[in-house]
Amino acid sequence: MTAALQVSNLETHFFTRAGVVKAVDGVSFSIARGEVLGLVGESGSGKTLTALSILGLVDPPGKIVAGSIRLGDEELTGLSERSWRAIRGKRIAMIFQDPMMTLNPVLRIETQMIEAVLAHAVMSKDNARQRCREALARVGIPSPDERLTAYPHQFSGGMRQRVAIAIALLHSPDVLIADEPTTALDVTIQAQIVAEVQKLAAATGTAILWVTHDLAVVSGLSDRLAVMYAGRIVEEGPTTEVLARPAHPYTQGLLRSLPVNNQRGRRLNQIPGSTPSLLRLPPGCPFAPRCEARQEDCVSTRPPESQHGTERRLRCFHPLGEVSP
Amino acid sequence: MLAFVLRRLGQSAFVIVAMAALVFLSVYAIGNPIDILLAPDADQQERAAAIARLGLDRPLWQQFLTFLVNLAQGDLGKSFVFGSDAVSLILARLPATLELALVALVLAIVAGIPLGILAGLRSDGWIGRGVMTGSIVGFSLPNFWLGIMMILLFAVELKWLPAGGRGATGTFLGLQFSLLDPAGWPNLLMPALTLAIYKVSLVIRLAYAGTREAMLQDYVRFARAKGLSPARIIGVHVLKNILIPIVTVLGLELGSMIAFAVVTETVFAWPGVGKLLIDSIARLDRPVIVAYLIIVVGMFTLINLAVDILYSILDPRVRLADGGH
Ligand SMILES: Nc1ncnc2c1ncn2[C@@H]1O[C@H](COP(=O)(O)OP(=O)(O)O)[C@@H](O)[C@H]1O
Ligand code: SF4
Ligand SMILES: [Mg+2]
Repeated sequence: MTAALQVSNLETHFFTRAGVVKAVDGVSFSIARGEVLGLVGESGSGKTLTALSILGLVDPPGKIVAGSIRLGDEELTGLSERSWRAIRGKRIAMIFQDPMMTLNPVLRIETQMIEAVLAHAVMSKDNARQRCREALARVGIPSPDERLTAYPHQFSGGMRQRVAIAIALLHSPDVLIADEPTTALDVTIQAQIVAEVQKLAAATGTAILWVTHDLAVVSGLSDRLAVMYAGRIVEEGPTTEVLARPAHPYTQGLLRSLPVNNQRGRRLNQIPGSTPSLLRLPPGCPFAPRCEARQEDCVSTRPPESQHGTERRLRCFHPLGEVSP
Repeated sequence: MLAFVLRRLGQSAFVIVAMAALVFLSVYAIGNPIDILLAPDADQQERAAAIARLGLDRPLWQQFLTFLVNLAQGDLGKSFVFGSDAVSLILARLPATLELALVALVLAIVAGIPLGILAGLRSDGWIGRGVMTGSIVGFSLPNFWLGIMMILLFAVELKWLPAGGRGATGTFLGLQFSLLDPAGWPNLLMPALTLAIYKVSLVIRLAYAGTREAMLQDYVRFARAKGLSPARIIGVHVLKNILIPIVTVLGLELGSMIAFAVVTETVFAWPGVGKLLIDSIARLDRPVIVAYLIIVVGMFTLINLAVDILYSILDPRVRLADGGH
């Protein structure tokens, strides 16, 4: 079966005055129909740009310089802007981090929803409005009729994100990209939103790329996990496996920095140091300066990707423990 | 809304009375119009007669009281110089100034907004740089110099347009308007252009800054992710947001164009109120000065009211309340 989305060796670079920023530097992954892939990494690791690349929304000076993005059987790189526009919002949809900012503050919800319907479907405005009403009801917005004519500032953050989700799912897309959609929300709302998206996407077989810097958010949500560092995926595998037996020192570091319920008050074990500048990456493993398992070879050579069993992939010379397939 | 409008008008009535009193007293303090009005060789008898005719023989408080009583009845007095009703004198000249300001305003909107948006979208390209350089030039050219240069070029050199004067006019509600008679348009064009250049530059800068800011907002990104066309994104999402500051500034500018059109009017021998005001000040023609200021303040009030109402229509987050925004 072909994957819903297959990204191979994607490279998205920014050509700035200071030099070339390799924001996405050889990323590969695939997501099957109905599957949820969690993309995790610290801020600045290139998660958002991976997502934007898939939608063809990278603006100059950024550019997809290499790799392939396949949506079903269709290759997206090199598409004309017009063809790409026909895919955005219809076959690949995206929701963003800050629900306060994603809806236009000066346009009614109705305006913003109906235009999304009409961008990809030929129908009367009344029919489109009917569809918006149903979509709002589906994401659990009470009295959708009234809410349609409201403006974004009349909604809470959680409700706004629900509206954004309703818009994203209007055309039952093949792929939904969720770029930290719950980061700006409080914990109980977070859980509701996660559950909502999961339920809705499952109903339509929509594949989900769930981007987050917070492992805790995706641990209960994603089928598989991809950990990103400095523009690359450094570890990938089934969520339960990766969480139980992290093989990459960075993944382990992320796990250790998670707050643990029964150890409240204990200082979190943050990974020491910070993400490297993508402008001038060291020749070896980009994680080397922060890595406890670092050895000499790490500093001189970039670790290539290795496959372990059918499901796990890794970029590390000295993985922790046995990498189970 | 109605309560808001009424309250605003009430406030302005108060402002108008206070201002009228201030102007009345300050013009009185500046000097005696009799010295200017009468020929130097007028004898004592003529002098006394003129003083009595203008009511200048009574004590100041009596003159002021009479003025206030008349004001309450809508009578702003007769011009010392022309002997005719001050308000009719101004109304005869006002359409000339108004239509000059309106044409300049329309030019500022229809030229400034598209150019500014274009420059904002192409800020790194030669189009953006060219437009912005042009707007800086438009900003810094003095009005009178620009007017004189235009006269030299289009009237003297090329003989395309008349050098000055009002030209043909059509009548509407007993008032004269150049706009109503196409034969009068050539006369209107140059002074309106002169007046408009600065406003166009201003609107360009506002639209430019607004567009650049809006294009970076998440709501634009989300709109793109929905698959909307650039025309829809710019024409609806961006435009509605950038109109908010533009409307505010243009409201102020419209008022100042009406009040301070005198430079342009002088250069083009345009018979507007600006010229009348300057002459009246020179002759200490108190009734005309006071009437002029009352009419101008009244117009400012109406313009501000219109701006506030427009503002609340454009930005749903703003509610009409006293004290503007
Ligand atoms: N316009 C830009 N110009 C130059 N570099 C950029 C630009 N936008 C993003 N980047 C670089 O891309 C990197 C990855 O950004 P992003 O994908 O937003 O990270 P994440 O979503 O993981 O936090 C950033 O560290 C930044 O240096
Ligand atoms: S390659 Fe070396 S430095 Fe990089 S993560 Fe693995 S052990 Fe650490
Ligand atoms: Mg991000």
